[in-house]
Amino acid sequence: MSIPLFLIFAALTVASALVVIIHRNPIYCALGLVSTLFLLALLFLGLEAHMVAVLQIIVYAGAIVVLFLFVIMLLNLQVEERAMVPRPLIAVAAAGGILLGALVLVGIAQTPLAAPVPVHADYGGTEPLAERLFTTYLLPFELTSLLLLVAIVGAVVVGKRRA
Amino acid sequence: MALDVAIACLKAVVMLLIALQVMAMGVYFERKVSAIIQDRIGANRAAILGFAGQGIVNTLVADPLKFLLKEDVRPAGADRFLHTLAPLAAVIPALGAFAVIPFGDVLEIGGRTINLQAASLDVGILYILAMASLGVYGVVLAGWASNNRWSLLGGIRGSAQMISYEIAMGLALIGVVVTYDTLDLQEMARRQGELIWGWLPAWGILSQPLAFLILFAAGIAESKRIPFDLPESESELVSGFFTEYSGAKHLMFMMSDFVEVVLVAALVTTLFFGGWQVPYLGREGFHFPWGTAIALPSLVVAILQILSFSVKLVFFTWLQIVIRWTLPRFRYDQLMRLGWKGLLPLSLLNVVVSAALVLLREGRT
Repeated sequence: MSIPLFLIFAALTVASALVVIIHRNPIYCALGLVSTLFLLALLFLGLEAHMVAVLQIIVYAGAIVVLFLFVIMLLNLQVEERAMVPRPLIAVAAAGGILLGALVLVGIAQTPLAAPVPVHADYGGTEPLAERLFTTYLLPFELTSLLLLVAIVGAVVVGKRRA
Repeated sequence: MALDVAIACLKAVVMLLIALQVMAMGVYFERKVSAIIQDRIGANRAAILGFAGQGIVNTLVADPLKFLLKEDVRPAGADRFLHTLAPLAAVIPALGAFAVIPFGDVLEIGGRTINLQAASLDVGILYILAMASLGVYGVVLAGWASNNRWSLLGGIRGSAQMISYEIAMGLALIGVVVTYDTLDLQEMARRQGELIWGWLPAWGILSQPLAFLILFAAGIAESKRIPFDLPESESELVSGFFTEYSGAKHLMFMMSDFVEVVLVAALVTTLFFGGWQVPYLGREGFHFPWGTAIALPSLVVAILQILSFSVKLVFFTWLQIVIRWTLPRFRYDQLMRLGWKGLLPLSLLNVVVSAALVLLREGRT
């Protein structure tokens, strides 16, 4: 991906992420999230990671945020009121944010950038990804699926108890 | 370079034209097949210079024109931006999914070998799943942005239904992918040109019959048509998620409906019925199992393949419309039971059996 293209997509990603946290209507927040995730998928595409890009869309944009929207619509959430936050708290939060941003910037500035290396032909494809996943990274992969299973069972148990 | 770009654009245009032509035929079938099934005459009113063409003028000229010329009504309290975005969000992913559907093998012309597929992606079929999963936003947004309880109910039903059936659909596709050993739809179509016992074309319906049934059912559910049309269900919800749409926006919802029908037909054709394959037609011409061979130029072969693909596409579009006018609508609990307790376990079974068969075939342990 060329630099100008990357900058455009990166700016759009940040803008939609801002919509998620700033907009007062929960539906628009969820849509901002969809847009963020979709644009992230485009950035992955720019990094030649086709498989990750498509999975990003299927799993996050196509399924998880749809569930968010489903819940928002089911609960019929209204436009949020702006909460009254004490001024000192705002000042502290702003200072913390600026400090964090500065630290990240310093970190980036101090890291020497390696010259770009051309990726090899099958990089980011389905086969190499699957092969790594099921050989080198088999244990973390299986552990993750176990973790997800535990989470699902937990969710069912919590739901049952309430009913 | 410019020629490459032109060829790529041309391929996209050809695919889009095939899809839209079949869609138009679908609209025509919808009106005439329903009329035949219900013992009516059906559309036959509009005529140009006395030519009514059994309703062709009605469906292809008069209806779209009427939609385009009607007032665009936006209900009070509707969200202006999202109300306009929803029909676009419904139709664009559905059309975009056609990019990876192959409509022919290769065309050798002027020393070039052109792959007859608009976009040859490594992730192939997953791209279609991604586009299908984005299609739900049109339904959800239309339901929410209309400021109408019926629309909202339709939108909620739509999102629950589409998520439920996407799972069965994805799992059914795993069986198919395992069997063909590739994600690329073009490669899958080529694999179906092989012959079993030297005479039987190895179409996917033979190796993956269960996946075909699951995918077809889940596909109809994804396109939200009877018997799965609960998001719309006109007897309870007026018109469901697009109750509050008129004019061109309503036309876009109708269009996305039919485009999805054609997409399901295209997917079923490509995965289970050989895609563009004509039995015994190879790149150089026909090779019949009894020894006769007829040599054909590449252009003729490509045209035959595109024709074969289109005919199958029209057939499965027609089949979906007949199903629509034959079956009654499910109840909501029946819909959910079929999805979660019927299709999901069946598709899991299909994955296990397909994987075991592939292991046996390749003699690995």
